[in-house]
Amino acid sequence: MEQARNRLMVVLFLFIGGFALLGLRTVDLGLIQRVAERERTDWSTAPVLPRRADIVDRNGVVLATNLDTPSLFAVPAEVRDPEQAAARLVSVLPDLSLADVLARLQSRKGFVWIKRQLTPAQVWKVNALGLPGLKFQQEERRIYPHGSLAAHILGFVDVDGNGIAGIEHFFDDRLLDPGRVGKPLRLSLDLRVQHALHDELEKAMVMHRAIGAAGVVLDVNTGEMLAGVSLPDFDPNHAARALPMARFNKLTNGVFELGSTFKIFTIAAGLEFGIVDLEDSYEAIHPIRISRFQIRDDHPKRRVLTVPEIFVYSSNIGAAKLARDIGADRQREFLGSLGLLRPASVELPEVGLPLFPDRWREINTMTIGYGHGIAVTPLQQAVAIAAIINGGVLNPATLILQSDNLQPLGRRVISRTTSDQMRALMRVAVTKGTGSFADVPGYRIGGKTGTAEKSGIGGYRRDKLISSFVGVFPIEAPKYLVFAVLDEPKGTAETHNFAGGGWVVAPAVGRVIARIAPLLGIAPESQSDENRFRRTALLVRRE
Amino acid sequence: MVLGRADDSLLAHWWWTVDRWLMLAILLLLALGFLLMLAASMPVAERLGLDNFHFVKRQLAFLVISFGTMITISIMSEQNARRLSLLLLPAAFVLLVLTLTIGPEIKGANRWLQIGNFTLQPSEFLKPAFVVASAWLLAGSFEDQKFPGRQIAVALFVVVITALLLQPDVGQSVLISGVFLGQLLLAGLPIGWLALLGLGSVAGLAVAYTAIPHVQRRIDIFFDPASGDTYQIDTALNAFRTGGLFGTGPGEGLVKRVLPDAHTDYIFAVAGEEFGALACLVILGLFAVIVIRGLARLLDEEDVFTLLAVSGLLSLFGLQALINMGVNLGVLPSKGMTLPFISYGGSSLLALAITMGLVLALTRRKPRSQRLPTTQDRPSR
Repeated sequence: MEQARNRLMVVLFLFIGGFALLGLRTVDLGLIQRVAERERTDWSTAPVLPRRADIVDRNGVVLATNLDTPSLFAVPAEVRDPEQAAARLVSVLPDLSLADVLARLQSRKGFVWIKRQLTPAQVWKVNALGLPGLKFQQEERRIYPHGSLAAHILGFVDVDGNGIAGIEHFFDDRLLDPGRVGKPLRLSLDLRVQHALHDELEKAMVMHRAIGAAGVVLDVNTGEMLAGVSLPDFDPNHAARALPMARFNKLTNGVFELGSTFKIFTIAAGLEFGIVDLEDSYEAIHPIRISRFQIRDDHPKRRVLTVPEIFVYSSNIGAAKLARDIGADRQREFLGSLGLLRPASVELPEVGLPLFPDRWREINTMTIGYGHGIAVTPLQQAVAIAAIINGGVLNPATLILQSDNLQPLGRRVISRTTSDQMRALMRVAVTKGTGSFADVPGYRIGGKTGTAEKSGIGGYRRDKLISSFVGVFPIEAPKYLVFAVLDEPKGTAETHNFAGGGWVVAPAVGRVIARIAPLLGIAPESQSDENRFRRTALLVRRE
Repeated sequence: MVLGRADDSLLAHWWWTVDRWLMLAILLLLALGFLLMLAASMPVAERLGLDNFHFVKRQLAFLVISFGTMITISIMSEQNARRLSLLLLPAAFVLLVLTLTIGPEIKGANRWLQIGNFTLQPSEFLKPAFVVASAWLLAGSFEDQKFPGRQIAVALFVVVITALLLQPDVGQSVLISGVFLGQLLLAGLPIGWLALLGLGSVAGLAVAYTAIPHVQRRIDIFFDPASGDTYQIDTALNAFRTGGLFGTGPGEGLVKRVLPDAHTDYIFAVAGEEFGALACLVILGLFAVIVIRGLARLLDEEDVFTLLAVSGLLSLFGLQALINMGVNLGVLPSKGMTLPFISYGGSSLLALAITMGLVLALTRRKPRSQRLPTTQDRPSR
């Protein structure tokens, strides 16, 4: 009996230990591992969509945000008369199909979507039906308050909130990261600049009945994009309704033979490699015949042209001859160093692949010298030109705001001297040459026109042009670059039926600069800057 | 009703000898259990397409029947209580064997008999009957060395366990084995045998692990949560975490909507979510009071049969509670076992009422027990 009692004590203590252990575990779960109220998981309802971070421009203006919108779902088991319910639902939500709604209401599932993201009016109508078994689930809908204004940059999301295009797709993980969801993604865009560029391009496109347009405003010292436009565009709030043509981003995804703005690279390479200096000249009296091609000038002077004249009057003959002197290898290496032979590096999924010849023969070298036989995206072109005029440093384009104290990781492509000479040439091209319509008093714009014939079946078509203009300001120490392209513009009476870059795009770029320079804190200068580029200007003889 | 000390009626006698604190603790458990049932069973009933109050109504009926049964048994004399157990044992055993042949298969096991509206689980009734019977046999051989009580008890144990494993019902087997082992040790089994039996039970578990797929799966999952679906246990643990100290409030809980066995095996998690850790500690405390206080009182017990029977019944009750709450709290591998007096289930409730009724009957104060060394000699009152 004594032994039994002792053993009973052991059993007793085992039970005490067991209950104590479970008591501690209860306290552990209920007190130490307790989760706060707001973190509680709600198992009873359908999964709530993850919140996406907002996207804002460089000044904090909201470009993309979320709005709680109710979505309609049904619990089929609770729907009394599916046929009647379906008929009444379709009567207030006419875009639904009766058969589809009925099939959903008759399914054996516990949860079926009827329609996602309803307007308040639709919610009111559905509630007014008073049908049992229909319920609303709050969902987040992505809202782009500025509509189409920056559509191609921002991209859009699908109905479940996944990024499908543009920044929304490229930064999908970042925007959905729960740790950073409260911190908006800050872009380099300046919505005011974006609006000016969008507005002027749209007007120019209408005025010249162009089929499309693209444009970009770059900070030449950081590579930041302040604006990026592709037309026609679409409303990302209703991206599904947009035509594929409208969704296509011409700025970063479309590749074009951009024509004469390429002469910037040809002259820069000639100066950089020491093949020519500004006093040298080429004979441009006769068109060049090479194999079955003929290289002509659009504004023929029929005389010997100095290097500045080749640039300012945009002589194809002169540029082709200079390109031939540079040679295929050095030309390819130079264009490659400017990032023109590989897809542009920018934070968008839609980036076009440049097109250039596999075998870089002499004829290719010469046509590429004035921007034919090579197709690049307008954005790449703008970034490369920025490197030529900013002192010679290539900064890849970026859509993300760069902090002021962070030095951009640029790569030197030409010397400062060559860059200074190129800026002088671009200023003279505006004061004395093809880009004169871009000049805005006080803002010292430097620029270059581009007019390329689109290639079609059986060669180039003189009536289908890609007209462009690049403007840089203030030219003595450039801060910003505006590059704009019109696809198939037509001349008007005002332009004497000319549709070249100098006639149709340069005035638009001038107006963009006149609008954005004050916003960007560039003060106009009343004093003429004639003396600054006098030496270069004197090399350009006016007829 | 006033029962005076001098009142000599059966009821008065019962009232002054029965362990009233134990009864109070059981009553509290029953009340708490019914409260939790109100909360936990409605979503389950809704999900099964039954009337919201389906489980509540049935449980209420079972509660009344069970409480009556418990009081009735607690009034019985020790002899009658023992006789009842010895009658219950073969009856439950026959029914248990019947489940193997005519019982419906539910969730892969033959554990139930369909009687009209009710499903009866004979193994629930077998447990207390077996414990009392083995206590009687062991006590017999303790007091009379020539009586082969131990051998008969072991043989009985083997038969019962075999029947249970055939169902298969590993949980009840483990429970009965543990309790029987305890009884053997209390009855003076040399400690060396413990090691042997320990080895035996490890071997038994190993056989169960290899032979019964769902046992294997559950044990695998317990030791390596990545190896399978831990949805139920994760959900239960989250319920305790969201409940915190004071709970989300009655009716505010969510586990009961998603766990299929919220009203039976996982009712403790429902309590943790809706009423909080403090309420769980109260439930835990009630079980502890019943078991520990009951065992502590046995330390003064002179009668071997009473000691063996009551310690066995209390261990049965206590182990079942510990295993259920341990599973809910994620410290034991998942095992379908009800929480005594709290979970829904008619068989379980009635069997527990019998168990505790027997405890109450056997622990009633016996004025002359110190002078009566053997059960056989005890005069009836």
